Amino acid sequence: MNKIDLLNLIDITVSFEGFLALNKLNLNLKKGELRAVIGPNGAGKTTFLDVITGKVKPTKGEVIFKGKSLVGKREHKIARLGVGRKFQSPRIFENLTVRENLEISVSTPKSPLNLINKSIKDEQLNEIEHLMKIVNLAQKVDSKAGSLSHGQKQWLEIAMLVGQKPDLMLVDEPVAGLTDEETDLTADLLKSLSGENTVVVIDHDMEFIRRLDSNVSVLNQGTVLCEGTMETIQKDQKVIDVYLGRPEV
Amino acid sequence: MSLSKIKFDKKIVLSFWIILIALIIAAPTLLPVFRLNLLGRYLSLSIVALGVDLIWGYTGLLSLGQGIFFALGGYCAAMYLQINSSSEFPNNIPEFFALYGVEKLPFFWEPFRSSAFTFFAIWIIPALVAGLIGFLVFRNRIKGVYFSILTQASLLVFFNFFNGQQKLINGTNGLKTDVTQLFGQMVGSDSLQRIFFWITAIIVIAAWFFAKWVVKGRFGNILIGIRDDEPRVRFTGYNPVIFKTIIFSIAGGLAGISGALYTVQSGIVSPQFMTVPFSIEMVIWVAVGGRGTLLGAILGAVFINYAKSLVSEALPASWMFIQGGLFILVVTALPEGVLGWIQGDGPRNLLQRFGLRRKIETYPSLEVNNKEGINE
Ligand SMILES: Nc1ncnc2c1ncn2[C@@H]1O[C@H](COP(=O)(O)OP(=O)(O)O)[C@@H](O)[C@H]1O
Ligand SMILES: [Mg+2]
Repeated sequence: MNKIDLLNLIDITVSFEGFLALNKLNLNLKKGELRAVIGPNGAGKTTFLDVITGKVKPTKGEVIFKGKSLVGKREHKIARLGVGRKFQSPRIFENLTVRENLEISVSTPKSPLNLINKSIKDEQLNEIEHLMKIVNLAQKVDSKAGSLSHGQKQWLEIAMLVGQKPDLMLVDEPVAGLTDEETDLTADLLKSLSGENTVVVIDHDMEFIRRLDSNVSVLNQGTVLCEGTMETIQKDQKVIDVYLGRPEV
Repeated sequence: MSLSKIKFDKKIVLSFWIILIALIIAAPTLLPVFRLNLLGRYLSLSIVALGVDLIWGYTGLLSLGQGIFFALGGYCAAMYLQINSSSEFPNNIPEFFALYGVEKLPFFWEPFRSSAFTFFAIWIIPALVAGLIGFLVFRNRIKGVYFSILTQASLLVFFNFFNGQQKLINGTNGLKTDVTQLFGQMVGSDSLQRIFFWITAIIVIAAWFFAKWVVKGRFGNILIGIRDDEPRVRFTGYNPVIFKTIIFSIAGGLAGISGALYTVQSGIVSPQFMTVPFSIEMVIWVAVGGRGTLLGAILGAVFINYAKSLVSEALPASWMFIQGGLFILVVTALPEGVLGWIQGDGPRNLLQRFGLRRKIETYPSLEVNNKEGINE
């Protein structure tokens, strides 16, 4: 049962002109783990993903992924090392079709030469078929991604994330704007991905987090307030004070 | 059902090509020499427009400096012609050198004695210069308006540099080609001009197919991805710097070919090829024709320039206003350009404009969705 750590964040501090978006944040992820990260608006959840994916360079601290430091590496290099990301608002290529979006995500190697003079490999085509079934977009393959509903866009982006075959999947607010039914389906989908993949899910929606049935890290003011199962954190007084006790939840 | 549709389409395509080829072959007999020459020039301009469409229409890089690469191609061609037509001049070098007391061909012009070298130099040199400028700019993540300003600034640097180099390239006067010799004939002669027209027509078609090949498939989709959401492309594991450098370099190469063909058909290359308005016009041709539609770039370049010459003959000095008005009209009423409008939901959009149909989400919404990536 002793699984090695896939990711260690060590004392990460991010300062935006003096404002500490992250403040000595520590977080460790085991291989195959599903981890939920919750926290009030502005807690630093998105910034925490920005640090891992290379969009934001930490002012202090270390990001160790598969035993190697990610700090200072460029975004596409980090992506190629096996870190995939789904953005808070759906970020898909709206002027491309569903299939073309998925082609971009599954294609390897990601060099211009490979893309321009080779056609896509059969196994990658199969992968695309498979992905489209998982996220229920098989009928929409040749539609422009921009014409999809909000929920379908969210799913397409999740499918693109899976197609990238990352070792670590970072999923930022995947159920924002989804119906209850879609939310449940998304939770099940993400759960089914863990085990084989390591997945970090950020969200506000407590019902959704509960359904994930995973360990939860609570972020507040740029630092991890508390970590544990849903039951543990619900009983934690600090968490109740800053987050759970607030009227909007 | 669908099978007959494909056959039908094929027939149309085939007849289109037959008519086109017939027109190209017949053009020299149908048109007076003067008009034929104009058409040849405008066709050569459509090649630089194809490049603008690749970098701007597909990749979102609004370059206002394509005149640099256009002029480089022109200078390569012109100097080759001058060097190889200078046997009666002092020191067997182009005549203008004597004016500035230059007795020996500057070393970097030496290779241009060779036609094989020149053939490659015309497109490879502009492509390399574009690649170098592009790489430095893209690596430093300069984009959007800053990229446009930087390309325009580079254009001004080249313009001023070329104007000042009398001893190397005859400065402001430029290099004339019409009185030079090629294959024992005068470049400005009717017979050679006719051949240049045909060559240009063939190269336009070849360049069009090449551009279609570049944008089709996954490579082209990455370009569109970079245009619409560059950070997303990066987080998917692609390095946009390489893709942008390649496409900018390709556009530079196309500009060079365009400039060379334009030079031999207009009889001179000079730093005037690198004025600010000319490079902006290239963008206007593509905007009016339809960015992101390769055919639109070709048609835009040819038709706008033809209109320009007709209007300038009838009402000199009014062209600038008409061109400006055309641009404003297209940007406001047909943001996808004329061909983009026809190919897209043109008629439906027209109904929308009159409130007869509900609005659908289209292209411009993308810029809004991109907000998240802008502040990096
Ligand atoms: N690029 C930036 N410059 C300045 N402040 C930022 C920047 N990005 C995020 N912040 C600030 O950092 C804090 C954390 O933001 P974020 O990570 O987006 O929070 P969350 O995703 O938890 O809602 C917020 O107060 C936000 O305003
Ligand atoms: Mg956030």
